[in-house]
Amino acid sequence: MHGAVVHGVRPARARATLVVLFLALLMCAWWVAPAHAASECVPDASIACIQGRIRTADGDPATGVTITVEGQGFTGEAVTDDDGRWAVEVTEDGEYTVTLDVATLPAGEVLRNPADNPRTVVADVGASAGALFPLGAPASAPSPGDSPSPSVSDSESAPPTDAEAGVEDSAPPGSITFPRVAQQFTSGIIFGLLLALASIGLSLIYGTTGLSSFSHGEQVTLGALAAYVFAQLMDLPLLVAGILAVVVGALSGYAQDAAIWKPLRKKGLGPVQLMIITIGLSMVLQYTFAFFLGAGRLRISIATPTSINVGGVIIAHQSIISTAISLVALGGVAYFLQRTWTGRATRAVADNPALAAASGINVERIIRLVWVIGAGLAALGGVLIGLYFNVTSWNMGGTILLLMFAAVTLGGLGTAFGALVGSIVIGLVSEMSSLVIPSDLRYAGALAILILVLLVRPQGILGRAERIG
Amino acid sequence: MDWTRILANVVGEFFSPITAAYAIAAIGLNVHFGLTGLLNMGQAGFMLIGAYGFAITTLAGHSALTGLLVGLAASVVFALLLGMPTLRLRGDYLAIVTIAAAEIVRLVGRSTSMTWLTGGNAGIAGDGFKDAFHATCLLPEGNSTILFWTYSNCYSNSWWLRIVGWLAVALFCLLVWRLMNSPWGRVLKGIREDEDAVRSLGKSVYSYKMQSLILGGALGAIGGIFFSLPQAVQADSMGRPTTFFVWTLLLLGGAATVFGPVLGSMLLWAVLMLVKSVMRDVIPSTVLNTEQIEMFSFIIVGLTLMLLVIFRPQGILGDKKELAINVR
Repeated sequence: MHGAVVHGVRPARARATLVVLFLALLMCAWWVAPAHAASECVPDASIACIQGRIRTADGDPATGVTITVEGQGFTGEAVTDDDGRWAVEVTEDGEYTVTLDVATLPAGEVLRNPADNPRTVVADVGASAGALFPLGAPASAPSPGDSPSPSVSDSESAPPTDAEAGVEDSAPPGSITFPRVAQQFTSGIIFGLLLALASIGLSLIYGTTGLSSFSHGEQVTLGALAAYVFAQLMDLPLLVAGILAVVVGALSGYAQDAAIWKPLRKKGLGPVQLMIITIGLSMVLQYTFAFFLGAGRLRISIATPTSINVGGVIIAHQSIISTAISLVALGGVAYFLQRTWTGRATRAVADNPALAAASGINVERIIRLVWVIGAGLAALGGVLIGLYFNVTSWNMGGTILLLMFAAVTLGGLGTAFGALVGSIVIGLVSEMSSLVIPSDLRYAGALAILILVLLVRPQGILGRAERIG
Repeated sequence: MDWTRILANVVGEFFSPITAAYAIAAIGLNVHFGLTGLLNMGQAGFMLIGAYGFAITTLAGHSALTGLLVGLAASVVFALLLGMPTLRLRGDYLAIVTIAAAEIVRLVGRSTSMTWLTGGNAGIAGDGFKDAFHATCLLPEGNSTILFWTYSNCYSNSWWLRIVGWLAVALFCLLVWRLMNSPWGRVLKGIREDEDAVRSLGKSVYSYKMQSLILGGALGAIGGIFFSLPQAVQADSMGRPTTFFVWTLLLLGGAATVFGPVLGSMLLWAVLMLVKSVMRDVIPSTVLNTEQIEMFSFIIVGLTLMLLVIFRPQGILGDKKELAINVR
């Protein structure tokens, strides 16, 4: 058993190197491909976009629909194109009234919520605001109940990504073209790397303590929200805010292990009990965030996102920096685990805590360190994911928690490199699946993969076969 | 502070249809976890499937009974699909898979592409699918007031729904009580305590676990139907928090007991209502708004779950010796 640590090292590293090389090659390939001009409204320092996409009740694009935008002394008009998309550029912040000309709808189509036309949209210069006009049979509002049901959980819906462009993009996907595949592939890689930052802690904590921590998603949220508080409420520069958020995250890991998990380990609670406790903790933390910061959407940075066009693939500058940061952080973790004494001790604890303790390793110290590193990385992941989605909220981590579980299970619970490989696979699956399934089902696709993996190879891609799932 | 109204609200929670719905779902979870030791973290998925099955069938013009049967059949199919691959997995893996499966049900149900069937994100509004249940009503039309409580006799959040819901709770308690003391129930408990010992006696552990999953899931589906009847069928109202509520109240009342789920449900919702009502009256809305009070009550639920597992895993009615959470 102990020997597995030594044997597992080289192949895992070789595989990780291969993945990185492969990515670099792909990046180069796109760089030289001819550039395509973006045809849609792109917000910049002086322009805000109000846009949307209209589809018929059957999900086909509704073309030729006229939309009028009025407000702040401005009047603009747009007509949906062949994809059903429309966009209006405005130059002032503030409220705009968006009116859909019902007479221009395709024959037989009606608004699902006639009360929402005209509707008010708030535009921010440098960002896109969506105005949705779903078509279909009118639905009446759900009847109010006097129930004690979790009304707040309604907002658990809507993964933050849906707000990314402010456009609900959920009808059947269009044709699969090379630029689309390339765009989704790039997004998948970036998202996967950010997900890896968030997941590695989950994997390390499982590896060293056997705890499946359902509250790890809240560590991710904590990072994002701390960055929001520092950057927006305290007006600190983004870089400083990010660093402080990671420090807060790491401290929370230290405090959590000291206050909750170490005493409970001493008390002798088993892994299942501890898992249910993390579920309770996750609820406590989520609703504490919502209690103080509200259930709305928050933005860590309101700066104008700028992007470059690499062979038809639009990448935000921010995403490039985020990717670089996560590669450096992941490289640091790899170096720590492989090359330092403490890192080797960590892997020894993961492999066999009793044996590690017998050979003079201070197991509790290692576990504390793992909590600090894991929570710090999760916070970093949270900051970067919040920037990547351009929005964060009290339940951001909860939304991606199962993706994180999918990633670490896929890679093999408890192995750090497995978490990296698994995250990239899950990132690719969730972004690229929107080429073939409606994009609001892409997380479902990733979760289906998780279930399939547990059936076929419960120990994960890089896990050891001795583990019985 | 208006104590009469607060008290009426709190006591009203004891027999509200939602309390009954959670109790039934928790009785189902009790079959999974309390009796068999299965860590099903996806009970809300069963509830949602039952509610969709019922609502879609009755919306198509069929009777409430047909709707119930379709909801049950759908939950049985879901249990089979979920159980076949996963019942051989270890506890925490089973938890992750069931929670993922329930999320898949929710994400598919709320997907815009499923609007034609499930109403997508908006869900299925109450006015349509409830008619079939109203048609079963034996009470006269109109409203009735008993003591402090006035409800419609037949419609939506009605006296009729309360009567049927709590009769169902009583029926399922009886069922679980009989099952627990039957040879079948003893095999389930054996699996919970020591799977290998049961296997060595020649019983098919897998088959018994599957039966337990199906029975508990079907109860979850019925709970989901009662949950949706006073309101609407909306995917996000039966998400992960719902599962966690069911777990909390089951552990509060006491897993592996007959009345634990019922007591837990009544107690949890009544206490939450008490806390919320008092806070709304005492704290000015400028300090804490209604939404924040709602969130505060969820923080209490989370804390309750943590403290219960740490200090009193057997809950109020349970037997500590019987309930060892750390089964496979």
